[in-house]
Amino acid sequence: MKRLLRFLLLPLLFAPLLAWGAGGGYRLDRAPIDPNDLVSLQSGARTFVNYCMNCHGAQYMRYNRLTEIGLTEAQIRDNFIFTGDKVGDTMKVAMTAKDGKAWFGVPPPDLSVIGRSRGADWLYTYMRTFYRDPKTATGWNNAAFPNVAMPHALWTLQGERGYDPAKGEWKQLTAGSLSPVQYDALSRDLVNFLVYVGEPVAGKRKSIGIIVLFVLGILFIFAYALKKEYWKDVK
Amino acid sequence: MSEAKMDKTRRNLIAATAAVGAAAGAGAAIPFVWSWWPSERAKAAGAPVEVDVSRMEPGELKIVEWRGKPVWVVRRTKEMLDSLKAVTAGLTDPTSSASAQPEYAKNETRALKPEYMVMEGVCTHLGCSPQMKGVDARAEMGADWAGGFYCACHGSRFDYAGRVFKGAPAPLNLPVPPHIYVSEGTILIGEDKKGA
Amino acid sequence: MNRLLTAAWDWFDARMPTVGEEWRKHASEYYAPKNFNFWYYFGALSILVLVIQIVSGIFLTMHYKPDAGLAFGSVEYIMRDVPGGWLIRYIHSTGASAFFAVVYLHMFRAMLYGSYQQPRELVWIFGVLIYLTLMGEAFFGYLLPWGQMSYWGAQVIVNLFGTIPFIGPDLAIWIRGDYVVGDATLNRFFALHVIALPLALLGLIAAHILALHDVGSNNPDGIDIKKKKDANGHPLDGVPFHPYYTVKDIAGAVVFLAVFCAILFFAPEMGGYFLEYNNFIPADPLKTPEHIAPVWYFTPYYSILRAVPPLFNSQFPGVMAMGLATMILFFLPWLDRSPVRSIRYRGVYYKSALATFVVVFLVLGYLGVKPTTVWGQFGFDAFFLDTKDIATWVARLCTILYFAFFLLMPWYTAIDKCKPEPERVT
Repeated sequence: MKRLLRFLLLPLLFAPLLAWGAGGGYRLDRAPIDPNDLVSLQSGARTFVNYCMNCHGAQYMRYNRLTEIGLTEAQIRDNFIFTGDKVGDTMKVAMTAKDGKAWFGVPPPDLSVIGRSRGADWLYTYMRTFYRDPKTATGWNNAAFPNVAMPHALWTLQGERGYDPAKGEWKQLTAGSLSPVQYDALSRDLVNFLVYVGEPVAGKRKSIGIIVLFVLGILFIFAYALKKEYWKDVK
Repeated sequence: MSEAKMDKTRRNLIAATAAVGAAAGAGAAIPFVWSWWPSERAKAAGAPVEVDVSRMEPGELKIVEWRGKPVWVVRRTKEMLDSLKAVTAGLTDPTSSASAQPEYAKNETRALKPEYMVMEGVCTHLGCSPQMKGVDARAEMGADWAGGFYCACHGSRFDYAGRVFKGAPAPLNLPVPPHIYVSEGTILIGEDKKGA
Repeated sequence: MNRLLTAAWDWFDARMPTVGEEWRKHASEYYAPKNFNFWYYFGALSILVLVIQIVSGIFLTMHYKPDAGLAFGSVEYIMRDVPGGWLIRYIHSTGASAFFAVVYLHMFRAMLYGSYQQPRELVWIFGVLIYLTLMGEAFFGYLLPWGQMSYWGAQVIVNLFGTIPFIGPDLAIWIRGDYVVGDATLNRFFALHVIALPLALLGLIAAHILALHDVGSNNPDGIDIKKKKDANGHPLDGVPFHPYYTVKDIAGAVVFLAVFCAILFFAPEMGGYFLEYNNFIPADPLKTPEHIAPVWYFTPYYSILRAVPPLFNSQFPGVMAMGLATMILFFLPWLDRSPVRSIRYRGVYYKSALATFVVVFLVLGYLGVKPTTVWGQFGFDAFFLDTKDIATWVARLCTILYFAFFLLMPWYTAIDKCKPEPERVT
């Protein structure tokens, strides 16, 4: 098998295989997210535009769609858009992929569907497992995503922490502006928002699904009665 | 059970199944039919446009694009406004009763504020975009030309309120798009309700 | 109203009698055995899924962009910006898996009741051709979202052609139209997916049904219903397809649609099996996902591919084995030497062989989505162990059993102790 993979993937072996979420085997925490909690989604949206959007965009998500999580267009325009974008525009980031590559070695990925590719638990764990590591270029490392190119964007909130991968031990080096409980809540809201952005239609999808199944149920009653009626003939 | 009764049960069941089935089929068609409406991207691209008119010269024509159409904003001079009254007799639809404009622009000057005329620069004949011709163009437009717009495609003539002259192939006055003054010198084209 | 309809039909019928004749031939006077059971829904259901896929596919092409720079974004555009687009896309992605589910069950039905046996060999051959075309259709379609799994799946499969001796490397380049999977590949796969293979599918399905209706349907008893006829010349154990099987299939279709919609609306990703998580990452030629697994319906064959050890440093034997595993299906009518068709009257050999085959197919399918390390490694070392992954050895055993099912069939079906078939269907 290994030989097969080596053979099939031969063309790429010379490519710089940057760690693409090389699992790391770190045990994931369950993200206590709730897609119906609008307050949490709005708080996550605020964290997203204030911190994440310095480098990451959500280029398939339109600002005016945030009305779905209970914001008005005026609120969106005043509190969530810091560039000259209109409310109908998508949440693009000003930093170009080229700059990103120059600064971090790898362009910061677009986060439109990160909730779908990574999953809530991974994101929740990832946001909470940054630690100081002098061996990396940024001075930061991550337990869930070893050797990640991204520095800890929320370090002023969480404070600096140290981690020993061999022993699995954490220790707080400097305090952040938030308590660990507050930081967990903030991460939860952010992940809640990212999951929502991954598939904004998810809530609507489920409510339509209930109606569809109900209609099919009624149709089945008649279709089955009709079948029974005809098959009475067949001895 | 008699033959007749059985036939009736059967017919009723067929009707009921067909009715629910047709309703379900119509429901299933909704997403497909809906998918032809403008997408969110198209809506965003067709969003209202703001025009700063505070620095326009008297008599200046400004062309902005809204939903892929040229929209004209003309800052009309006193002479231009005066010409509107003078030409009334020669117009097809002087009161704009048959033409397309919002209620608030259905007046003598076809504008919210007489000084600024906002209209779609698309000829109501076959969709060419007319050109502004001032009174100085009398040499080509004829001695009685009081200024306005001229469509080179088929010769339609319009006054400074976009009203069409008789004898032109264009049947109606140039349409006025919805618009609103969001501030003293700023017009929002494509939207006429505040706060949206 | 009724009189008007009758008059309109008479007018039409006088001018184009073909329509009425075909309707009678294929529906109202096509006598199907009256004892069809659960397994006989899946033929009609696969037609239903075909229609669903064609309609939803047509609407997706209205918004999709077959361009390496735009494809991924256009799928998200469909999911977010096009009104109702998300539903159309989920219908199509769920439909792809549903298609294979019903086709696999339909094929298994044929194996249960010997439907491929004389005189229905052609029906079976057309069916296998439909299955192979469907695999192509699914493979080409899977590239279109231009995610990581799309990209690397196509890369790996195209590279399989590269293992063919002598012509392989050039063939792989020719298929891609580039030195890697790229824009040219995407564009040609799009054309094949939306027009070429669907046309082929429609033609093959027509041939499949015509060939079936010429010889008549088999049934769970595997006996010929045409041997016993009534005074009018209709089979005693047959009922007209319309209305009896039309109303029955409608009821079955509603149940199927309920399951389909339950998945579509409540679990469209189906735990990463219908829509793979890594496919939400845009294709990146420089980064391979850690674990590449094909979509679930290809995994039994993928397992066979991985199980076969390379020979002279070439993967070609594995590719051959994978190809043979599908091609061998064509020969099924001639491998089966049993005097009876249905499993009901077969002996213990065929019953055990088929049961083993089902288990083997499922195990291969399961292993195909997992890394080969899924069941750990052997704790000892031996000269014959080229790999210590237990799963690889299980896959090898299953591969041997897969082929044994077919290759030993002439032997075990010939010596099997069959029960006597009844005169009439039960």
